[in-house]
Amino acid sequence: MTILRPIFYLALLAFIIAAPFIAPDFRTQLATLWIFIILSMTWDMTGGQMGYNSLGNILFYGAGMYIAAVVGISIAYNVGEYTNAAGGGIYKFTDTQYFLGMALGLIAAGVLCAGIAWVLGYLLFGLRGPYFAIGTLGAAIAAGELVSNWEWVGGGQGIALPVFPGDDYENAKLFFYYLFAVTGVVLFIFLRWFYTTRFAAAINAIRDDEEKAEAMGLHTLRYKLITWSIAAFFVGIAGGISGYQLIHFEPLETAFQTINLGIFMVVCVLLGGKGTLWGPIIGAILFHVVKEVTWNYLLGWQWVALGALIVITVVYFQDGLMGWLARVKPEWFGERVTEKPALAGEPAE
Amino acid sequence: MTKIIEVNGVSKSYGGVKANTDISIEVEKGGITGLIGPNGSGKTTLFNSIVGYHPIDSGSIKFEGQEISKKPVQDIARLGLLRTFQQTRIYGDMNCVENMLISMPHRKMTIREAFTTNTRADHDRAEHLLDFVGLYEKRFLRSGSLSFGQQKLLEFAMALMNEPTVLLLDEPTAGINPTLINGLIDRLKRANSEFGITLFIIEHNMRVIMNMADRIYCLAHGELLAAGSPTEIQGDQRVVDAYLGAH
Ligand SMILES: Nc1ncnc2c1ncn2[C@@H]1O[C@H](COP(=O)(O)OP(=O)(O)OP(=O)(O)O)[C@@H](O)[C@H]1O
Ligand SMILES: [Mg+2]
Repeated sequence: MTILRPIFYLALLAFIIAAPFIAPDFRTQLATLWIFIILSMTWDMTGGQMGYNSLGNILFYGAGMYIAAVVGISIAYNVGEYTNAAGGGIYKFTDTQYFLGMALGLIAAGVLCAGIAWVLGYLLFGLRGPYFAIGTLGAAIAAGELVSNWEWVGGGQGIALPVFPGDDYENAKLFFYYLFAVTGVVLFIFLRWFYTTRFAAAINAIRDDEEKAEAMGLHTLRYKLITWSIAAFFVGIAGGISGYQLIHFEPLETAFQTINLGIFMVVCVLLGGKGTLWGPIIGAILFHVVKEVTWNYLLGWQWVALGALIVITVVYFQDGLMGWLARVKPEWFGERVTEKPALAGEPAE
Repeated sequence: MTKIIEVNGVSKSYGGVKANTDISIEVEKGGITGLIGPNGSGKTTLFNSIVGYHPIDSGSIKFEGQEISKKPVQDIARLGLLRTFQQTRIYGDMNCVENMLISMPHRKMTIREAFTTNTRADHDRAEHLLDFVGLYEKRFLRSGSLSFGQQKLLEFAMALMNEPTVLLLDEPTAGINPTLINGLIDRLKRANSEFGITLFIIEHNMRVIMNMADRIYCLAHGELLAAGSPTEIQGDQRVVDAYLGAH
């Protein structure tokens, strides 16, 4: 096992690097798959590991998109004038302006989204269970409406960003694929470590019995704010990259898309298995494949098929694939049977 | 001897039910104090008031001289004043060792330390305390699968892991196999003498509390009925009547 693990990870990394060349026709779909993976992994940080089911994480995706775009534009032009003229075509960006703007934009998106999560968390973490879910959903819907009425950032029209430098659009596809992949891999490495810390054990305690955790003196609110902020940091960056990849985006259908991506990330996690490292990733891959297949072969019925998948997952398959595996093959998950069998009796003196 | 907890004139009612009326008690630092009383006499209510589980209607509660009656649960727990629950609360999906590790005193931990992995010493301490309460063999079992009595012992061990100054125990022997009660009394006394933890214990089992406590308070109908040494309490006619009347 111990020798196999690094080999497995190296092979996986090689596959991630090679994927857009193995399937050159699917570069955009592969990039989208990374969005699903990043959003699912971050959703699980609060939903699976901490017991706070957010339906509003899409807020950070949308906010990240807008923040990255605004910062990216502002290093070269006046944002209000730019959005007023609706666009990329008229305003030219040099390569340096484009990439520097994007880099600063992505950093700002991550940092500011973490800050938004912190402030929002103060307001919403007093809510429990379904109330938290509805509260976060409300925040995301409100954010979308707010932005679509804000002319300075383009109002309902959204923003048109400059196109990727150069004439060969395949280069842009590769660039965005790798940018997402790096974000996703960094997130994975981070979470693999994060879930071994005392901090992660504490958020698990919050999930399992928050009142007990409080009675034991855990800094529950602080831990919840930090966890959500870290999640929002990565979601914000993913949203920022998406904006540049899409070139043009608008507030309600693309940025703050509560009913599409906002719900899909939850379904991915449920499908793969809540509260596990790999579940959200596997769920995202499964969901994305099913979604692409239904879109291609069941045109007109794709929403029905996807809706059915969601209902079946939620009703019959709540533990997801990883939860099911853990039941069938507990030894794969490091469950140990102790020396003495578990007798029903009391402990020995 | 100093008073570590001072409850002064505390009242608490739920709607029309007066669960506590004008209660004044003191817990001595380093000792074992008992709280007895018939069912529904307001013992758990008083514990809940002390640890900040609910706001009190009137009165004052001091811990180490500091007023705590307006503080929330977590702040009070972080002062080193901990409680166990009458119904026991553990993290049922985790095994015993995980339950112990989560119970480490986060109040003594910086954020940077929280972002590290548990050390060998933490694991050793967890296993040592599980051994102390007699759950060593069951340490890797899902704690939810343990019997009620074993869960009580686990909750006690978790509280010790948290290194409290004062521990409020709500009926620690309830549900424990009678043949094991003497062993538990011994462990409670050791927690007090060896770890230096002040204990304040609600107990229904008269034999147990008479055996352990230096001082005992008795509640009835939400009011303080009597206070004194075990012998004084045992000889108090009002206490005998309250218990006989209730049973
Ligand atoms: N949350 C609550 N809401 C309403 N009434 C309550 C609540 N908790 C307790 N009571 C009432 O307050 C009174 C005191 O209850 P409490 O639980 O403090 O008694 P107790 O001495 O701990 O009893 P026991 O020995 O059964 O544990 C009882 O009449 C009880 O019904
Ligand atoms: Mg009680």
